[in-house]
Amino acid sequence: MGEKILLANIDIPGIRGFDVYRANGGYAAVEKALLEMTAAQVSAEINRSGLRGRGGAGFPTGLKWSFLDRKSDKPRYLVCNADESEPGTFKDRYLMHHLPHLLIEGLIISSFTLGVNTCYIYIRGEFKYLVGILENAIREARQHGFLGEHILGTDFSLNIYVHPGAGAYICGEETALLESLEGKRGNPRIKPPFPAFKGLYGCPTVVNNVETLATVGPIVNMGGDVYAKIGRGKSTGTKLISACGNINNPGVYEIEMGLPVEDFIYSPEYCGGIARDKYLKAVIPGGSSVPILPADLILNTAKGEKRLMTYESLAEGDFESGTMLGSGGFIVYDEDACIVRNTWNLTRFYHHESCGQCSPCREGTGWMEKVLYRIEHGQGRMSDIDLLVRVAKNIEGNTICPLGDAAAWPVASAIRHFRHEFEEHVLHPAAVLEKERSLIKFF
Amino acid sequence: MLKVTIDNISIEVEEGTTILNAARKIGGKVVPPAMCYYSKLKGSGGKCRTCLVKVAQSCTKDTRPMSKLVASCSTPVQDGMVVQNLTSPEVIEARKGIVEFLLLNHPLDCPVCDQAGECDLQDLSFGYGMEETATDDERREYPMTDIGENIKLHMNRCILCYRCVYAADQLTDKRLHGVLYRGDVSEISTFINQSVTNEFSGNIIDVCPVGALTDKTFRFKSRVWFLNPMNAHRECTRCSGKVAAWMFGNEIFRITGRKDQFGEVEEFICNECRFEKKDINDWVIDGPRHIKRQSVISANHYEETKKQSLIDPIEGKMHEQK
Ligand SMILES: Cc1cc2nc3c(=O)[nH]c(=O)nc-3n(C[C@H](O)[C@H](O)[C@H](O)COP(=O)(O)O)c2cc1C
Ligand code: SF4
Ligand code: SF4
Ligand code: FES
Repeated sequence: MGEKILLANIDIPGIRGFDVYRANGGYAAVEKALLEMTAAQVSAEINRSGLRGRGGAGFPTGLKWSFLDRKSDKPRYLVCNADESEPGTFKDRYLMHHLPHLLIEGLIISSFTLGVNTCYIYIRGEFKYLVGILENAIREARQHGFLGEHILGTDFSLNIYVHPGAGAYICGEETALLESLEGKRGNPRIKPPFPAFKGLYGCPTVVNNVETLATVGPIVNMGGDVYAKIGRGKSTGTKLISACGNINNPGVYEIEMGLPVEDFIYSPEYCGGIARDKYLKAVIPGGSSVPILPADLILNTAKGEKRLMTYESLAEGDFESGTMLGSGGFIVYDEDACIVRNTWNLTRFYHHESCGQCSPCREGTGWMEKVLYRIEHGQGRMSDIDLLVRVAKNIEGNTICPLGDAAAWPVASAIRHFRHEFEEHVLHPAAVLEKERSLIKFF
Repeated sequence: MLKVTIDNISIEVEEGTTILNAARKIGGKVVPPAMCYYSKLKGSGGKCRTCLVKVAQSCTKDTRPMSKLVASCSTPVQDGMVVQNLTSPEVIEARKGIVEFLLLNHPLDCPVCDQAGECDLQDLSFGYGMEETATDDERREYPMTDIGENIKLHMNRCILCYRCVYAADQLTDKRLHGVLYRGDVSEISTFINQSVTNEFSGNIIDVCPVGALTDKTFRFKSRVWFLNPMNAHRECTRCSGKVAAWMFGNEIFRITGRKDQFGEVEEFICNECRFEKKDINDWVIDGPRHIKRQSVISANHYEETKKQSLIDPIEGKMHEQK
């Protein structure tokens, strides 16, 4: 069993409620931070822990916090990004559902550290059932003096508000999220200025992922140095991975960073191997936006080393032969999965979710979807494959926000590693369609 | 002052200046094309991505290049920055890609479009477009709509630059104009069919880089290159009254704002001047406007001929050219 930091207590009955949570060591971190430490000391612990953002980019959290404009006389805000809408990623939902107080605790300590008195949880609209759970946890925390004015008798005051989104993936992008939170159309902002200087209502703002913020409490409890010893290299600590696809045990797992990918897929403790004894074909390890890798490259790097669940190891080989840890949405495909169909499906998602502000993403996503639809449905041409590569390249890096890249990478990587499947679809459409529609894959 | 070098030409600019505006100070070929940025509209820019440039050196302290191309209209200059526009093959390639995206769903109905001859997208396609289209898919189509009495919206031609949205926001007192839906089905719209009646609303025609917003009082009256753009002015209580009058003989076909070398109006004008004053007697004609030599509008050499005969044809109204 790897070390559990976030999910250690998840099996305790009633842990969702304040009393059980408190009885099991909950809110000790808040007491420690607010009563025994200064904001600077907490910051230092976070820096030492090496914690990196769990929202996808893996940006060091301590560093992000250090950018916050503290000279401004405007109020500062902390926004918790709970918009989790990336296909394949469902870890934040699990965390908030079962351990809402862990998040609240993280928010209190982080706000204390950042000098924030108002904190928002921006939650995906479809997670309506979680709004009540979170609001209940906030109410309980307030009743017990952990929220509101003069928390634990100190000068520090904090209010937390839950704000549901209206159903757009793009509102997970931090600046689109801020626009949406302000009540506007969820278009990503043009950067600079960055939220650390001009965020919510033009005030200095930090946006962090749910899992990132939930980790702050445990780090304060155990100390940054201890946390940094867990994991491997610059990928410290543990990470929640939501595993899905053709595996025996889909679900959310907390792994210690550095676990070999092979162990994660085949160990009965985690995914438990490929369902129905099929072979592993491909994996998207970090949510739908990151490049797909074929079995040989996900298990071992191009250099022949074992691939590990860390930011660095998964990225080994860059886009030629590597991918990214992303948000930890681990999608597994078995031998029967059709890569073309899957790529078309992902592109359909990005096409639907593009905000339409910038031309490469607005036009390019729709174009790729059309072409992929055509290939998948037996009307493709050989030239379409190179066309897709070209369109993906023209989107990548040329857009306002990373959604453009997120739309381009799956297409580019699918063609890079599975070109023969695309060709097969073009050359023998009838045979491919028949195979896909038959029941054979269910046996 | 900050020093920036664009395509090997150096210039000093004030802090906060964007790369695009620094390039405009230098002028000529180093200026990247801008389809969405409009210096007079706050918040505009960053969307079309035609102005992408390469930053070969971030600043004096950090001599590394920036990893991605950046939108020159929304990236501030840093001291010692080195920028490549036309000197970077990467930029040219990317721009070709952007033009292809902008044309992907564009109807290419230039032969019947009022904007032809003064359209930024036409110029851009001429400069960077490919000879052949890579798609035979159907293009997006929308019904044509009226925005108020005098403005026609051809959503098919729109490139979603948001300029008209900012103009409606910033020039008119009550915004009835915005974007509906998202992605490639986004639409410019007036709020639930309400028309834009504000007296400065006509300016959304001038800021539109393509033929998506056109002047109904001018529709199909003439191709712009048959007309002579003249500086004209009148006493106006709402705006400065300084306009460009597009004339054929003694007849005024349309009134627009006076556009500078970057295609931006010098001043916004009011609807009365634009839509209602079409009689030669309403205006004092000051003389021909300068239009770029490369423009089809200069093809009839109206500028020289007008300068030579600054007396008639509009007797008594033509002033001496200074
Ligand atoms: C299209 C798009 C969608 C995103 N969706 C989410 C999301 O649902 N949840 C999230 O935490 N971060 C999301 N992000 C990343 C955020 O922009 C931001 O980087 C993150 O919230 C920062 O938190 P962290 O530093 O704790 O990782 C998204 C980014 C993009 C470009
Ligand atoms: S990349 Fe796509 S989602 Fe992001 S701003 Fe541009 S159009 Fe919107
Ligand atoms: S109508 Fe014209 S100005 Fe408005 S967004 Fe479209 S192209 Fe831009
Ligand atoms: S002018 Fe810069 S992105 Fe449009």
